[in-house]
Amino acid sequence: MLTPTYYLVLSALVFSIGAFGVLVRRNPLIMFMCVELMLNAVNLTFIGLAWGLNDIGGQVSVFFVMVVAAAEVVVGLAIVVAIMRRRDGATADDLSVLRG
Amino acid sequence: MMLAQVIPSPSIDIEVLLPMLFMGVGGLLILTMTSVKKDLPGWFVTSWSVAACAGAIISAIVLWNQFGDDGPSSTIAGAVGFDGFSIFLTVVIASAVAMASLLAHPYLEREELEGVELHVLLLLAGTGGLIMAFGNDLIVFFLGLETLSMAVYILSAMHRRRIQSQEAGMKYFVLGAFSSTFLLYGIALIYGATGTTNMIGIRAVLDNQVIVEDGLLLGGIALLIVGLTFKVGAVPFHSWTPDVYEGAPTPVVAFMASGVKAAGFAALLRILSTTFQPIVDDWVPAIEVIAALTLLIGALSAIVQTNVKRMLAYSSISHAGFILLGVLAASERGTAAALFYLFTYAFLVSGTMATLTVVAGQGDSDFSFESIQGLGRRKPILGFAMMIFLFAQAGIPFTSGFVAKFGVIAAAVDSQNYWVAGVAMISAVIGAFLYLRILVSMFLQDPVEDAPALVIPRTIGTVLVSAVVVTILFGIFPGLLDGFAQDALVALTAGTP
Repeated sequence: MLTPTYYLVLSALVFSIGAFGVLVRRNPLIMFMCVELMLNAVNLTFIGLAWGLNDIGGQVSVFFVMVVAAAEVVVGLAIVVAIMRRRDGATADDLSVLRG
Repeated sequence: MMLAQVIPSPSIDIEVLLPMLFMGVGGLLILTMTSVKKDLPGWFVTSWSVAACAGAIISAIVLWNQFGDDGPSSTIAGAVGFDGFSIFLTVVIASAVAMASLLAHPYLEREELEGVELHVLLLLAGTGGLIMAFGNDLIVFFLGLETLSMAVYILSAMHRRRIQSQEAGMKYFVLGAFSSTFLLYGIALIYGATGTTNMIGIRAVLDNQVIVEDGLLLGGIALLIVGLTFKVGAVPFHSWTPDVYEGAPTPVVAFMASGVKAAGFAALLRILSTTFQPIVDDWVPAIEVIAALTLLIGALSAIVQTNVKRMLAYSSISHAGFILLGVLAASERGTAAALFYLFTYAFLVSGTMATLTVVAGQGDSDFSFESIQGLGRRKPILGFAMMIFLFAQAGIPFTSGFVAKFGVIAAAVDSQNYWVAGVAMISAVIGAFLYLRILVSMFLQDPVEDAPALVIPRTIGTVLVSAVVVTILFGIFPGLLDGFAQDALVALTAGTP
């Protein structure tokens, strides 16, 4: 007896866990993983709603989101690698030249 | 027999897509060319990317005439809107890319960072911005936004030898990706509430029926506002702006403040002010608070800065507050005023950043007040141009900045948002003080000893001249541009041409 509401609640929970992770973790890789978690929670929302609305549009959107998520990881890792080449640690706390 | 069936496909009006094709394909072609011929000269790459932007602008002019004859329409099953609004923003965004490319040319030579990548990424970012301006579908708009953002993340981390640049890229990326997920979640909830991601469809749903359980819709709009105000750098989602502006290469900052801002506001105007116009009472209070905070905090934080580039970053935050006045007016007048503001501000800020590119010198790191001291004596021409830009940003009459500020405030008053309009006027006064501070430093203080001689490269000179001309011309004759802005409205029309 699973209605779309269950999926909406579940995805809201997963989204919150991801958002919480981005805010409290200091390792960029973990932060990327949390962003991925948030994107996938949105995917789940799309599918749940598409099922509830009996509409294919929401399911198609998921593919676009997946492409975006993959591209985002590529860009993010490239920036981390560029920073790692110059210094040993790359936690968010090391990046503190710019402030004010 | 089955194979003979026609697969239904939407009609595609290729002419409408021409601006995006010019910039996107132009960028990809030059990227391919470098992999065949490794050492393409810098001047060729720069002229190529300026030509691609010129192509986009010329096709926009052709489209404008066609729009005048046939009126607005949309293509690819209503996903791409063809209206005055998108054509007008094409000109703004393509000009921003062209100016950033021109600034980047001497910058790359000076910093010994030769390569085609910066120009390619600028073109691709511009393409993303155009998709945001044209997108009549929330998913199409989101793809445009991501194309734009990802290119700009890399652009800010572009300076390989400056750790500040990479730090800026990293900060922008993490916060940008974070805010994009909120935006996307908002899109998903709006889809759930209305059953479509197409803005024409959403508007039709809102016009024809009252949504009783509107929790999904309101939650979706709230998340959408979070994501979009982050992209335009509005308070309370502004904290990345000063860091990224300070760290990123100066030509890239010129594009972020002009092109990225224009694309972000394009989305705000198209989605909030037009698509959600029927439920204007639900979202305007939120934007009112955001606009007021942006105006005040942007101007107040700018005063205490000791770094000119950071100061201008905060000033660009307060400018975002002004443009938000046009958004929350949610009227044709507000949209026209915001478009006028975006056009003139794109030239203003590119000119300002052009000056900083020259002044900062090798290393692109000295933005202290000493670096601009006595600029009026060291290089009178540059000092004069900077003075015009600062006057315009402060909103002194006979510059485009005055007309732009007046336009958005009048639009806000027109739609009875009195208190925010009052806050905007206070913010303009505070802002005047900060621009005056830079001017005092430039004209009343002596240059520091052993200040290096300043040379204005020809391409930067071109940007400076065009920015000064636009600022003065539309300051004295605002009607020339305002006529176009009045016609450049968002039309959510489903019809095909």
